[in-house]
Amino acid sequence: MSQVLHTPPQPPAPADALDLAELAARHGLAVSGARPSLPEYVRQLWARRHFITAFATAKLTAQYSQAKLGQVWQVMTPLLNAAVYYFIFGVLLGTKQGVPDYVPFLVTGVFVWTFTQSSIMAGTRAISGNLGLVRALHFPRAALPISFCLQQLQQLLFSMAALFVILLCFGVPVSASWLLVLPALLLQFGFNAGVSMLMARWGAQTPDIAQLMPFVLRTWMYVSGVMWSIAATLKNSHLPDWAMTALQCNPAAVYIDLMRFALIDSFHANQLPPHVWAVATGWSLLFGIGGFIYFWKAEETYGRG
Amino acid sequence: MAEQTLATIPAPATAPVDPRVPTVVVDGVDIVYRVNGTGSGRGSATAALNRILRRKETEKASGVRKVHAVKNVSFVAYKGEAIGLIGTNGSGKSTLLKAVAGLLPVENGRIFTDGQPSLLGVNAALMNDLTGERNVHLGGLAMGMSRAEIKERYQDIVDFSGINEKGDFITLPMRTYSSGMAARLRFSIAAAKNHDVLLIDEALATGDAKFQKRSEERIRELRKEAGTVFLVSHSNKSIRDTCERVIWLERGEMRLDGPTDEVLREYEKFSKR
Repeated sequence: MSQVLHTPPQPPAPADALDLAELAARHGLAVSGARPSLPEYVRQLWARRHFITAFATAKLTAQYSQAKLGQVWQVMTPLLNAAVYYFIFGVLLGTKQGVPDYVPFLVTGVFVWTFTQSSIMAGTRAISGNLGLVRALHFPRAALPISFCLQQLQQLLFSMAALFVILLCFGVPVSASWLLVLPALLLQFGFNAGVSMLMARWGAQTPDIAQLMPFVLRTWMYVSGVMWSIAATLKNSHLPDWAMTALQCNPAAVYIDLMRFALIDSFHANQLPPHVWAVATGWSLLFGIGGFIYFWKAEETYGRG
Repeated sequence: MAEQTLATIPAPATAPVDPRVPTVVVDGVDIVYRVNGTGSGRGSATAALNRILRRKETEKASGVRKVHAVKNVSFVAYKGEAIGLIGTNGSGKSTLLKAVAGLLPVENGRIFTDGQPSLLGVNAALMNDLTGERNVHLGGLAMGMSRAEIKERYQDIVDFSGINEKGDFITLPMRTYSSGMAARLRFSIAAAKNHDVLLIDEALATGDAKFQKRSEERIRELRKEAGTVFLVSHSNKSIRDTCERVIWLERGEMRLDGPTDEVLREYEKFSKR
């Protein structure tokens, strides 16, 4: 731009006199940092799909990279978790009374619940814990909570491998219904991602929520029948029918029981609430789409202030 | 500052209509930070409670402090320009860059841009526990490059960083790198992408003398490809080498805006005082 130096300056202040907004409009400049429209946002997100998967895989790999056993911990951690729960609830407290195949029942419940729990926890911190990233680079922010859920899904796939071994060890027969795992996981992922995005927006505005969530999640875990069978335990209780159905229809319970139904032959369809697939799809769509739109509504505010 | 008003942007006198294409228009921008927990209790529990209970009252009473980082700044940047931002520490240079990038909200005024200005920097997307190789891919994807683009440029990035000059370091985790090596790899990844409007915040001070020279060359290349380059630096030399226009911010206000030599002369006079 050396020519600028050689040309004489214009006498009246040109840039100030000229309406800057008008100048910008004439050259088709856009306001910096404005929120894109919803279809445009979806398009941007799709364009970043490779980043989302690469980020999820990178996080998962980085997790155990300093351990001597390395990626073996991906399978070891869920197995140890299951062992602890079995010791406490199966041996010490004897919850297993009335539940056939209690170990597969328990382990399935713990793994499926952990998927939802860690997705939501990671979602809560997705923005507030990654401010450096949000403040340095441009990408649709929904990529972060979705990526964290994907990381948890990959983690769950490792757990499922361990689960299949446990199932075979405890003599649960392989059956065609195992294929139902796939639609169940897909629906659960939609639900988890939606709740994560919802929590990501709340957590971005009020980081204190991350301190509160473990308590909410633990309560939710205990009412969702992770370690006990809702149907078997409350069969003889004085709870009204609607309360029972409400307990069984809570999303966590639905996804856990669907997985048990798919994997364990002694877990029969009569232990599932009515219209269970419709309920599972409904939760998934309601939270998946609702959470996404709710998150997008505040897109331009993330990482600011 | 001669007879010329430095605060105005010189335009070719021959053209009645300005032929230059603006890429960034900053129109009367104020930027204010709000910081929680600065009340008398210094973030103690009582101060926090106070903040919750007295939400309706003034922000000051509730322990939220406002920091007015940038005050009423206006300028137009044109295609092909490289603009240096100078000023003492805490004068609002980096804040202004972040706002141009659309990463910070403005209190008043507006910023218009052509395309998406990008800050040069991918540090936050990289993971120390992963190998340099995987970080190149991750960083590229984070900046919005496609997998094919990264594959194509991978060798250039590694060669430019010079990480492999002393052995096969690119396949080691980044946490094993020396701080200089890591900084070089980060710069190499960040500089691998072409941008319409490029914002550089003191990135040239990394690495040894040889690498600094190479980065300055790369910045010049990026400038050729980019529409406009903004450079924040405390090194008057690198400003002089790369920019022909300089904006001087002091306490959030624009002191001067004009050709590099003139603004730097004034700035040097100011800093010697």
